[in-house]
Amino acid sequence: MRKVSIFNIFAIVLGIAFLYLPIVILVIYSFNVSRLVAVWGGWSTRWYAELAGDNEILQAAFTSLRVALVSASAATVLGTLAAVALVRFGRFRGRLLFASMIYAPLVMPEVITGLSLLLLFVAVEVDRGFWTVVIAHTTMAMCFVTVIVQSRLVDFDISLEEAAMDLGAPPLRTFLSITLPLILPAIVAAWMLAFALSLDDLVVASFTTGPGATTLPIRIYSAVRLGVKPEINAVCSIFVGIVGMTVLIASLLAKLTGARGTPARP
Amino acid sequence: MKKQPRSLWQRFAISLPYAWLVAFFLVPFLIVLKISFSQGAIALPPYRPVLDLTAGWQGIERFFTGLSFDNYRLLGSDPLYLLSYVKSLEIAAFSTLMLLVIGYPIAYGMARTPRRLQAVLVVLVMLPFWTSFLIRIYAWMNILQRDGPLNELLMTLHIVREPPVWLATDTAIYIGIVYSYLPFMVLPLYAVLEKLDESLLEAAADLGCPRWKTFWLVTLPLSSPGVLAGVLLCFIPIVGEFVIPDLLGGSRAPMIGQTIWMEFFGNKDWPTASAVAIVLVCLLVTPIVVFQHQAMRGGERS
Repeated sequence: MRKVSIFNIFAIVLGIAFLYLPIVILVIYSFNVSRLVAVWGGWSTRWYAELAGDNEILQAAFTSLRVALVSASAATVLGTLAAVALVRFGRFRGRLLFASMIYAPLVMPEVITGLSLLLLFVAVEVDRGFWTVVIAHTTMAMCFVTVIVQSRLVDFDISLEEAAMDLGAPPLRTFLSITLPLILPAIVAAWMLAFALSLDDLVVASFTTGPGATTLPIRIYSAVRLGVKPEINAVCSIFVGIVGMTVLIASLLAKLTGARGTPARP
Repeated sequence: MKKQPRSLWQRFAISLPYAWLVAFFLVPFLIVLKISFSQGAIALPPYRPVLDLTAGWQGIERFFTGLSFDNYRLLGSDPLYLLSYVKSLEIAAFSTLMLLVIGYPIAYGMARTPRRLQAVLVVLVMLPFWTSFLIRIYAWMNILQRDGPLNELLMTLHIVREPPVWLATDTAIYIGIVYSYLPFMVLPLYAVLEKLDESLLEAAADLGCPRWKTFWLVTLPLSSPGVLAGVLLCFIPIVGEFVIPDLLGGSRAPMIGQTIWMEFFGNKDWPTASAVAIVLVCLLVTPIVVFQHQAMRGGERS
């Protein structure tokens, strides 16, 4: 039987408190009526109301969502293909270079990823804006997608695929009707991660953006560089609320589908 | 060598991501490498030489004779850059150590709680990772400001008389880093500790080994893959960190990520920024190669 000591409980409670207290404080301050964030003036939803009229912030949030939707989807397709190629196709010419290019961006500092992509966009003389940020985020996220899908592909029984091939199914057919349904949970998880990465990114987007494509993190960053602002507290609280709900629902869903054993057929 | 010719589908599945990575990862990196050997110029793009293929062979020749090591010489001679690298490595090393000391007890405690609770705890530790990085740093700007809750607490408890300055100090950088990277340290440690065979600990106890000694001689060595993974997952991105030192730290002694940012956006000195970036990549590749070497040796042993 496992024994949980007082010390163990103490470490967990303190650790969780450390992780959550700053966010709780941020949310509480967002309801502060006073413009001076640190001076408590009473509860109010004033900053949320002001937010509704702040077109710049709303525009930036909308841009961020669009970038995240497009880049997460593109990264999921590219990353899944790369994972299948690495795990299932055996040796092919240039596999080593391919594998290195998958893993290298995972450890590349964001500043360098952003810098190098900007230099590329300057060299080929494209106008920077929405699509350059999408390309940058797709490149950044697809490697994470590959790693997640790869671990799922390694886990499951390859004989299922071999059976389909023996029965005469061509490779594409085998992939679509056997492999894809089996790795679907991993693909969904990878898409969510790619979406979150894109929504979160400040550095790469700052390098690759152009006029008319200000994302929410860039907007927040330029607002808070010189200090805290109550409106930003409200934006952040809404963001935290949405993310918290999404992750809770996703983990509940994962639990439900996981309890049923094999994932449902589409 | 090939057993069968690749189908159209297989060729497509390989070549699409391959082409994407070459175009948007490899080529940009080569451009950075090239520009790091160029000289700044007041032009667009602001560097020389520019490869001019229309001039034929002469253009290529002029391009290569125009390259130089000047930017790297500048990095060696100007203490600003050297200090910046040293500071980044120092902050990354100390904060990784702090993360290990703080994260290990949490992961250890998690691994010893009942199974049903463990799943909840994992979600709880991961949840802050899904909320924006920027927002979590911003939350600390709220807490650490002069009249913020931390100083208020310290004043009410009579620990300090004057409110201390937190923002724009290295302490604030350390707090921000430890806070942001804690999940990256806890989760790999937990993954290893959770699989630890408890009969080994029981055996040690039966043979009269004191608990601290069991920890030191059994638990810690067995969890070393998790320690290594956690250390790498934290150390490498911390070295290149930009947002945390920029928002919480001062600008007097910048970390290397800030230096690249300033050279690029502030001074518009693209060649120097590129050279700083290339040296940083070389610094970061070393621990990864060491890790791979270790992992391969470990694989041979087992």
